[in-house]
Amino acid sequence: MWLIVYGIISSVILALYAVGFSLTYGVSGLPNFAHGALYILGGYAIWNLMNVAGLSIIAAAPLTVITCGLLGFGLYWGLLLRVRGIPLSELVVTFAAGVAILELLTWSGFYGIRYSLPVFWEESIEIFSVVIDGQRILVLATGVALVILLHLFVRHTRTGLAFRGLAQNERTALSVGIEADWIGSLSVAMGSGLAAVAAVVVLPLGMMEATIGYEVLIYALAVAIVGGLESTTGMVLASFIIGFAQTAAARYIGPKWMIIVPLAAIVLVLVVRPSGLLGKFKELEERV
Amino acid sequence: MSAETLLKVEGLGKSFGGVMAVSNVDFELKRGDFLGVIGPNGAGKTTLVNLITGFVKPSRGKVIFNGKDITGRKPYDIANMGVARTFQMVRLFHNMPAYKNLIIPLCSQRVRKLRGGKYGERDDVAIDLLDDMGFERTSNVPYKTAGSLPHGYLKRLDLARALALRPDLLILDELFSGMSMAEVAGVLPIIEKLNTQGLTTIMIEHRLRELFRVVDRVMVLNFGVKIAEGSPDQVMDSDEVKKAYLGVDVEIPRGKPA
Amino acid sequence: MQEAEVKVRKRRLERAIKARTDTVFVIASPGDILYVLAPRVVPMAILLLLPLFVGGYHSKVIVHACVVGLLALSWELLASCGLFSLGQSLFFGVGAYMAGAMDKYLHLPIWVTIPVATLGGGALCALLLAPVVRLRGVYFAMVTLMLPILFKQIIEAWGILGGTHGLSGLTAFPNEWLDKYLIIVAFITVLFGLRSLITSDYGLVLKAIADDDRAVMSAGINIYSRKVQALFIAASVASFAGAFITHHYQFAGFSVFALDWAILPLAAAAVGGTGSFAGAALGSMILVPLSEALRAMGGLRMAIYCAILVFAVLALPEGIFRFLERKYQEFETVIEVK
Ligand SMILES: Nc1ncnc2c1ncn2[C@@H]1O[C@H](COP(=O)(O)OP(=O)(O)OP(=O)(O)O)[C@@H](O)[C@H]1O
Ligand SMILES: [Mg+2]
Repeated sequence: MWLIVYGIISSVILALYAVGFSLTYGVSGLPNFAHGALYILGGYAIWNLMNVAGLSIIAAAPLTVITCGLLGFGLYWGLLLRVRGIPLSELVVTFAAGVAILELLTWSGFYGIRYSLPVFWEESIEIFSVVIDGQRILVLATGVALVILLHLFVRHTRTGLAFRGLAQNERTALSVGIEADWIGSLSVAMGSGLAAVAAVVVLPLGMMEATIGYEVLIYALAVAIVGGLESTTGMVLASFIIGFAQTAAARYIGPKWMIIVPLAAIVLVLVVRPSGLLGKFKELEERV
Repeated sequence: MSAETLLKVEGLGKSFGGVMAVSNVDFELKRGDFLGVIGPNGAGKTTLVNLITGFVKPSRGKVIFNGKDITGRKPYDIANMGVARTFQMVRLFHNMPAYKNLIIPLCSQRVRKLRGGKYGERDDVAIDLLDDMGFERTSNVPYKTAGSLPHGYLKRLDLARALALRPDLLILDELFSGMSMAEVAGVLPIIEKLNTQGLTTIMIEHRLRELFRVVDRVMVLNFGVKIAEGSPDQVMDSDEVKKAYLGVDVEIPRGKPA
Repeated sequence: MQEAEVKVRKRRLERAIKARTDTVFVIASPGDILYVLAPRVVPMAILLLLPLFVGGYHSKVIVHACVVGLLALSWELLASCGLFSLGQSLFFGVGAYMAGAMDKYLHLPIWVTIPVATLGGGALCALLLAPVVRLRGVYFAMVTLMLPILFKQIIEAWGILGGTHGLSGLTAFPNEWLDKYLIIVAFITVLFGLRSLITSDYGLVLKAIADDDRAVMSAGINIYSRKVQALFIAASVASFAGAFITHHYQFAGFSVFALDWAILPLAAAAVGGTGSFAGAALGSMILVPLSEALRAMGGLRMAIYCAILVFAVLALPEGIFRFLERKYQEFETVIEVK
């Protein structure tokens, strides 16, 4: 029982890490390697809003998400716009921007016990004789809510439909009046906003330091590779596989095995099914 | 010409999502045959080529080349067995000088074996081949970057690249689309001559007049299904073909029977 | 009457000596020979002679520049066949640890550890990444970024290969000169070796893969095996640099997997100009001394490299090398406009 409950929770955390990265890549084909940095910036923003500006968490959380979204927007219009369509430059720019942010934060002393966030809900409850604290329940609820909201958004709003259009065929989307840059920047902004959402709910569970940004990026990439880029279902599935495997490994074999799990999952998937569990094998199906 | 079967396609089918791009196509080619494939846009002609050359994996059916089952093999393996193709949308190396484009097939395992370890003059072989295609060696055309050449040259370069592989089977996917009359008149005899020298050829073409001048057999596809096969005259007399391909009551262009 | 203003305009000409293609020069006089050879020989001679005149700290900078240079050259080889690596530190670290482990646990001499780590590291990395080359696009970048970080975490968590302390007390080079000149000569050899590799037919095929892999496949070439071969060569070059560093510092710790070794070569290639080996080499000769000057900035250094990298990608897409090359090959005259 413990395994199931905590397995689900760590899976949802992984999905939260990955969802923003997947969304951006799925819509505009932009690999946002600054994802981990945006996650940490989310933590940095909410900490400052609460501890420096003295806002309550209810006010600080949405503000954080909006700030990160705007940052994502800025990232697109400020840096990515010039290199759009050059894969090498896109990835180098996002990666370098991400590392620069993380290193800058580390340098400015953004680590240590001082930087911790209060949990949202102090109580804990017991399900099937497993004790879960309120924060983890919040994580769970956020994860589920996000998946549902995203689904509705993509199917039923104009912007969502434009997202799908762009993801399917950029040229045709352009010809029916969808502005690629606008949608592209929106996708980066939403991805960044989602990173901030993840930061707001997940960071109170542990310490906050800039180096966590690398970890978040790594996990987001691992989930994307295992699940298959561009596939949302694949992303959720991969989060659950890696999440459960990690929880089980940590519990039954030893914590040091936890790190092996994503590595093993990636190697296995790449050998057996390189396009990821649910990814399309783009390479062969592309029109010739 | 020997009557040995070179290519045999059995029940070949491919669906993309819901679309049956090619369904249940059978045909056979003997060594030295010249087959034309026609059909309206979206009939599945290019998909058929992709299935034979390994660029798309078939949903069902078999492709047998030279007695070997090549269904689902990798494109480079199939190319090394001697199947060369051109692309409807030319795929070339645009940043390289035109003649360097031919070095790539000349580096393949097949050509290395056929040339029996003669190295060092790949550039010369490439320029010879291009010269035959109308890229005069004394002009600067073969040395220009491929990307800077006009469309007609690109098409011919694509053909030369396929021929550089010294294929046993040549598949031309709408080679003449976008070529001028004069260019077609230049290339057609080359293809015809290669065929009379024994090169088995499949030619997909919308320009029927030119096609009918050279092929001995035509296959018609519509919505992925083979609806007719036979000599150009037979095929064009078939009512089903008239309806499907050209609409009823259309004057059919007819070349000299091959 | 208005006084006639003298207008001048600059006229730019390509030097006549350079013929149509990039590699053909028409050489007619000793001056021409000098013109062609100077940009190749002079930098090389400076690099070879410099250690004789400067010592101590400065020669460390030279060594460091050559190491980063090797990583940048290795990056460039991968990039030329369409593989964008974000983890040169992977190849570097594998070579470093291999040499370190052979020295520490098997007590093998240097002239065994370095060659074996070079080839073994290349083979190991090629094997590890072979499945990834089947996929295009960002996958390769994603995996190469992750692997060194995961390796580092594994070494940390498991305490293998010396764990957090690393492998220390390893064999040093028998003398200081061998140490310095080994890396300098290796750097020059690799630079010219890769340059001639890429202009050969073999290299042409690699570049064609980056251009249009499908067309290469239809020409009967197994692109996957070619990419793995390129991977092996590139990883060997970087592993050599790693093995060298291990013996140079007589230490191998997980700092070899650190991002520095991924970012710095990438920045060098970007600053020097992607698409040419000389660019990557030039970039590292510029950036490394610069980064040594930034050492005082401590933790901020990485952030600055990254800023340089972003700036180079956005503002100097051509790179310094291509710019210099263009300027060297053309000459300007001022003519009067009537
Ligand atoms: N990679 C693909 N993914 C999805 N559908 C495809 C793909 N390739 C082809 N199709 C579909 O298969 C059908 C047949 O296409 P194909 O390109 O083979 O036709 P064609 O006969 O070559 O047409 P044309 O004369 O225009 O070249 C079309 O409906 C096309 O949209
Ligand atoms: Mg077609």
